[in-house]
Amino acid sequence: MNVIEVNALEKIYNDSEVKVFALNGVDMTIEEGEFTAIVGPSGSGKTTFLNMLGGLDQPTSGQISIGGTDISKLSSSQLIDFRLRNIGFVFQAYNLIPVLTAKENVEFIMHLQNRPKEERENRTMSLLKAVGLEGRENSRPNKLSGGQQQRVAVARALASKPKFVLADEPTANLDSKSTENLLEIMEELNIKENITFVFSTHDQRVVNKARRVITLEDGKIISDVRKDILPQ
Amino acid sequence: MITSIAWKNIWRNRVRSGVIIAAITIGMFAGVFTSTFYKGWINQRLEAGVETEVSHIQVHHPDFSENFELKKFIPESAKMADEIAKMDFVNGVSPRMVVQAMIASSETGTGVKILGVDPEKEKTVTNLFTKVPEGRYFEGVKRNPILIGKKLAEKLKVKLHSKLVITLQDIKGHLTSEAFRVCGIYNVGNGMFEEMNVFVVKSDLARFVQLDEGISHEIVVHLKDHDQLAQNTKNIAGKYKESLVQSWKQMTPELGLLNEYGNIYIYFFIIIILLSLGFGIVNTMLMAVMERVKEIGMLMAIGMSKFRVFWMLMLETVLLTLTGGFLGILLGVAVTLATMKSGIDLSFYAKGLEDMGYSSLVFPVVESGMIVIIGIMVLITGIVAAIYPARKALKYKPAEAIRIDM
Repeated sequence: MNVIEVNALEKIYNDSEVKVFALNGVDMTIEEGEFTAIVGPSGSGKTTFLNMLGGLDQPTSGQISIGGTDISKLSSSQLIDFRLRNIGFVFQAYNLIPVLTAKENVEFIMHLQNRPKEERENRTMSLLKAVGLEGRENSRPNKLSGGQQQRVAVARALASKPKFVLADEPTANLDSKSTENLLEIMEELNIKENITFVFSTHDQRVVNKARRVITLEDGKIISDVRKDILPQ
Repeated sequence: MITSIAWKNIWRNRVRSGVIIAAITIGMFAGVFTSTFYKGWINQRLEAGVETEVSHIQVHHPDFSENFELKKFIPESAKMADEIAKMDFVNGVSPRMVVQAMIASSETGTGVKILGVDPEKEKTVTNLFTKVPEGRYFEGVKRNPILIGKKLAEKLKVKLHSKLVITLQDIKGHLTSEAFRVCGIYNVGNGMFEEMNVFVVKSDLARFVQLDEGISHEIVVHLKDHDQLAQNTKNIAGKYKESLVQSWKQMTPELGLLNEYGNIYIYFFIIIILLSLGFGIVNTMLMAVMERVKEIGMLMAIGMSKFRVFWMLMLETVLLTLTGGFLGILLGVAVTLATMKSGIDLSFYAKGLEDMGYSSLVFPVVESGMIVIIGIMVLITGIVAAIYPARKALKYKPAEAIRIDM
């Protein structure tokens, strides 16, 4: 089942003057349970593509369908609600809410979804356990290492029960050990829970873990490689 | 949870929030304390003006106030005074004889208004009898006692039991003089009143000016319920159309103005304080928003609606304002409560104040209604100050905001 379907996607900047094609006719699909890395050099359109997939920006033309909903036709407020219910985000700089504890950060997104308190608490605790932060629930981000903060961010991204998780350079600020640890957690969640992950990355370690690697250049997909090898 | 985040956000930058909260606290303390002080001052002036000097209602001959002519007395004034005294809304009535005269001591002389009163009836309309720190209220002097003000005593350089000579024109137009002896020196904290008004027994004055003791130039009325002033004045005026019936607000417009506009001055003062604080609050919140562009972008990216972001920042500003406002109001009320019994002594400025009719010992007054209104004004300031920073935050696009390097 396709989670993401992209058809003839174009994003043009400076539309009225010199046209700059950030994305130039991108077509692709991502199925449920994929563990995909999007790679490419700076200026390849990677960030623009990720913004489109995450519903953070609107295409100039083309379609993006997520779980059967064409998000290119949604208004700004509809997109916010769509993101809340369908997409999990993991950012390069963690972007946790600094005044909240790890537990509160994870719970926050379910609060926005108006989920019952009991469900929020149970899911928060199980997600923090899944990312190996049991016992650190009440720590604020400034008391956690970079790797731990990024694990909280993963738990937060999963808290809303999204259709897929979009991770923008999730390992860029992490050391080798933390990167290894984070990738293992995400891979485990992908395999055991069938959660779909889409990464944007420069990090070869992420590329190595990914089972599908899409390479962008000049706003076009120049290669789409499926490894189809599940880790033992 | 959003309220909790808003509250926690305030304390991210403790110094900055602390400074603005301290500014609001000091501003509101100044506002509240100045208000309670001013209110106390106004109330004292009004009380002195109404309860000591003028009373609630006065009746005169329509032409009497033009030049205080002795023959412009109220026709059938004794009957009128009795009738008014029987009205169910009247607390007390005092008919007075009023004469303009010269008063002289062995040192100097001056012009005064002589009020001939029945000492017992006078007690029912003013509280002057309670304001005689030197001597006694029409007691201790057998013949022609006179009650004079502290200021006049100083001007004439007389003391208790000193002799004073009053010179006036009697009803026949003859210039006549008589000696009076000071039985008491009253002190009402209003230099002008003290200097201009002397009180004698009405029968003594009647004999002096050769008028019948029952004749009065002024009937002073004290009401049971001051709130019914306008209606009761109308009732008396309706019955005695030939006479001039005036409430204290009509007779002393400056006191009426003080009563009507006193609160407006207070609120205007508070508004000026809040307006200046409002700019400080906007500046603080703008800084807070600019520092958190990336975070606000992230919140919108993960699905926090614009309304919720707006609401969070509104709450932050309002809570910040209310914290300072609450502390300031609390401090203002506490200082007022601490000083309302002992009063605040302004004796350094006493001369100037008392010359204007204001007491130099001010007792601040806390009025719960006024405090509630000030609280609401603080809340409104918080809401208004929140709008611009909150709207500014909503202008950022999440895709751009989350990639800003802070």
